[in-house]
Amino acid sequence: MRRFLVIRFLQALLALWVITIIVFGLSHLTGSPIDALLPDDASPEQIDNLIRHWGLDRPYHVQYLTFLGNALQGDFGESLKWRGQSALGVVLQRLPATLQLGGLAILISVVVAIPLGVMAAVRKGTTLDASANVIALLGQSLPTFWLGIILIWVFAVGLGWLPTSGYGGITYMILPAVAMAWFQIAALTRLTRSAMLEVLDAEYVKLARLKGVPEWQIVWKHALRNAAIVPLTYFGVLAGSILTGSVVIETVFAWPGTGWLAIEAIRGRDFPVVQTVVLVFAVVYLGLNFIVDALYAYVDPRIRYD
Amino acid sequence: MAAAEPILRVENLRTALDISAGRFVVVDDVSFTLDAGETLGIVGESGSGKSMTALSILRLLPRPVGTIVGGRVILDGEDLLTKTDDEMRRIRGREIGMILQDPHTSLNPVFTIGNQLREALHIQDPSASRSSLKEKAIAALRAVRVAAPEHRVNTYPHQMSGGMKQRVVGAIAISGRPKVIIADEPTTALDVTIQLQYLKLLEELQAETGMGILFITHDFGIVARLCHRIVVMYGGRIVESGPTATVFDHPSHPYTEALLASVPTVERRVERLYAIEGQPPSLASFGAGCRFAPRCPHAMDRCRTETPPSFPGKSGLGVERHGAACWLLEEDRA
Repeated sequence: MRRFLVIRFLQALLALWVITIIVFGLSHLTGSPIDALLPDDASPEQIDNLIRHWGLDRPYHVQYLTFLGNALQGDFGESLKWRGQSALGVVLQRLPATLQLGGLAILISVVVAIPLGVMAAVRKGTTLDASANVIALLGQSLPTFWLGIILIWVFAVGLGWLPTSGYGGITYMILPAVAMAWFQIAALTRLTRSAMLEVLDAEYVKLARLKGVPEWQIVWKHALRNAAIVPLTYFGVLAGSILTGSVVIETVFAWPGTGWLAIEAIRGRDFPVVQTVVLVFAVVYLGLNFIVDALYAYVDPRIRYD
Repeated sequence: MAAAEPILRVENLRTALDISAGRFVVVDDVSFTLDAGETLGIVGESGSGKSMTALSILRLLPRPVGTIVGGRVILDGEDLLTKTDDEMRRIRGREIGMILQDPHTSLNPVFTIGNQLREALHIQDPSASRSSLKEKAIAALRAVRVAAPEHRVNTYPHQMSGGMKQRVVGAIAISGRPKVIIADEPTTALDVTIQLQYLKLLEELQAETGMGILFITHDFGIVARLCHRIVVMYGGRIVESGPTATVFDHPSHPYTEALLASVPTVERRVERLYAIEGQPPSLASFGAGCRFAPRCPHAMDRCRTETPPSFPGKSGLGVERHGAACWLLEEDRA
C-alpha cells in the first residue's frame, strides 16, 4: 500500500516537472511581453533596459533554470498587470473562489450522477433508465457556456429567483455550479450505469443472493463497491476539468476566480500570472488524481502493489 | 418401515425463457426427490437444463427472461414456488445453499474472506455480536479444513488458491446449516488433484450435517464416486433416473448408454473414444417427440412424433426406482 502511494507520488512529481517545461516553453512562444509593457514609442534603450531587467536576453536554459529555481521557492515573479503584487499572490487570492465553485459543482455531479447511474442499471429498460439517458444525452450535447447563458436567462432574468452573476453566497454559486456539473453528470451517469450493469451479472452478486443478502445491500454494497473503480477513475478527470473548465464559466458568470484571472492575464500578456495559474491548476489536478489513486487502492485490494 | 418424506421433492417443474425469438421451455416436466443425507447427481451436457433446474429451485432465474411456468418445489414440506421474494430470500442460505462453479469469480474481490463469511452469518443471526461473528467465521473456515483460519479471515480472495476459495464458498454455503446444498459443477474449475480432496470434504460435511446434496455435473467419474442416485437430463427433460450403480450397469436410455460409452476407464482401453454424433439440441429445435431422436442410432418414426413417458429400466427394479423415457423399452416389454 505504502509502496503504491510512493510510486504514484513520484509519478506525479515527474508529471509536474514536465509541465513546468511546457509552461515555460509556451509562454515564450506567445510573444515578448515587452510589447505589451511599453508604449509603442518607447526608445530602443528603454526596450533593452527592460529586457535586461527581466533577464530575457539570457539563453533559454538559463532562463528556465532561474524560473524553476524561483518557482520551487514559491517565487513566480511579479505580476506585470497588477503592479507591486507577486504573481503567486494574485493567483492564491483568487483560488478560494474557484475551489468553492468547483467544489460545489463536483459535489452536485457526484450526488446526482452516482445514484442515477446505479438506479438506471438496476432498472435497466424502464422509464427511469430512459430518463437518465435523456439527461445524459442533453448534458453531453449542450456546450457549458451556452447552458450557463440559458440558465441565467431562465432563472435569473425570467424567474428572478437567482442573481445573474457576480461573487457572493450560495445563491450566486448555484447557476454556475449547475452549468459546470451538468456535462459531468452526463458522463458520470453513463459510466456508472455501464459499470454497474457488468457487475450486476457477476457470480459474486449471485453468491450474495444465495446468502440471502437483501437486494438493496447487493446493489449498494456488493455491486457498487466493485463498479466504483470506473466512476472513481473518471472522478480525477472530472474534478480536473471542472476546475479548469472554470475559465469559461467564471467568465460567463463574472465569478472572480482563477479562471477569470487567467483570461485577464492572457489579455494583458501577464505571463508570470499565466504561468502561475497553469502550474497551480496542474498541482490541483495532480493532487486530486493522487487522492483518487489512494482511494482506488482502498476500494480494490487487488490494486495495492503487494 | 414407511420411507421418510424426502427433504426436497421437485414435481413436474417447467421453466421457460422468454427471449426475443420467443418462449423456450428449458426445464420440461422435471420431477425428482432428494432424501436427507443423500447425494443426487444431475448429469447432462451443457444446455441440458441442469443449471436452470437448480436456479428454478432457488428462484434465482435470470430476470426478466426466466420464469417458472409450472410444477412444485417442496422443501421440507413447503412449496418454494408459492413463497414471496422476501420469504425466499430468508430461505436461501438457511434452508438451501448453493456452491457455484467457478471459485475465482464467485467471491467478491473487494471484501475479505472473513467479511463475506460474517455477512452470511449475520443474516442468519442478526443478533450475534461482532466478536461472536468473528469466532463463528473462523470456526466455519476450520469446518471446511482451511489451514490457519485465524489468519485467513483477513485475506482477500485474490490472495488464495482456487481450491482454497472453493472451500470458502463451501463454508458460506453450509454456514446456515441448510437442509439441501446444490453444487453446480463445483470442481470443474479446480486442479484434478484438488478435485478429489474437495469431493471428500463434501462427503465429510454431509456425514456431519446430514444435508442432502444435489450435485450437478457432466463428469461420470464424479457421479460414480459421490452420488447415490442419478438423474440424466437431455434437452430440458429427464431421460433416465435410478441408483448410480444400476444406471451404470443397466443404462436403459440410448443417451445414457452413449454417455457412458464416451467415458474412458482404466479397465476399458480403447483406441478411439466413442463420440455422440451431432450437436446437443438448441432451444429452437425443441419440437414434438423425443429430443434425442435426431442423434439416436435406434430412432424410430414414433420417436420423432410422440414424447416417450417413463418406462421401467432394464435393471428390472421397477419404474419408481429406475426409469427411462425411451420407446425402445416399451418394445422390449411387449
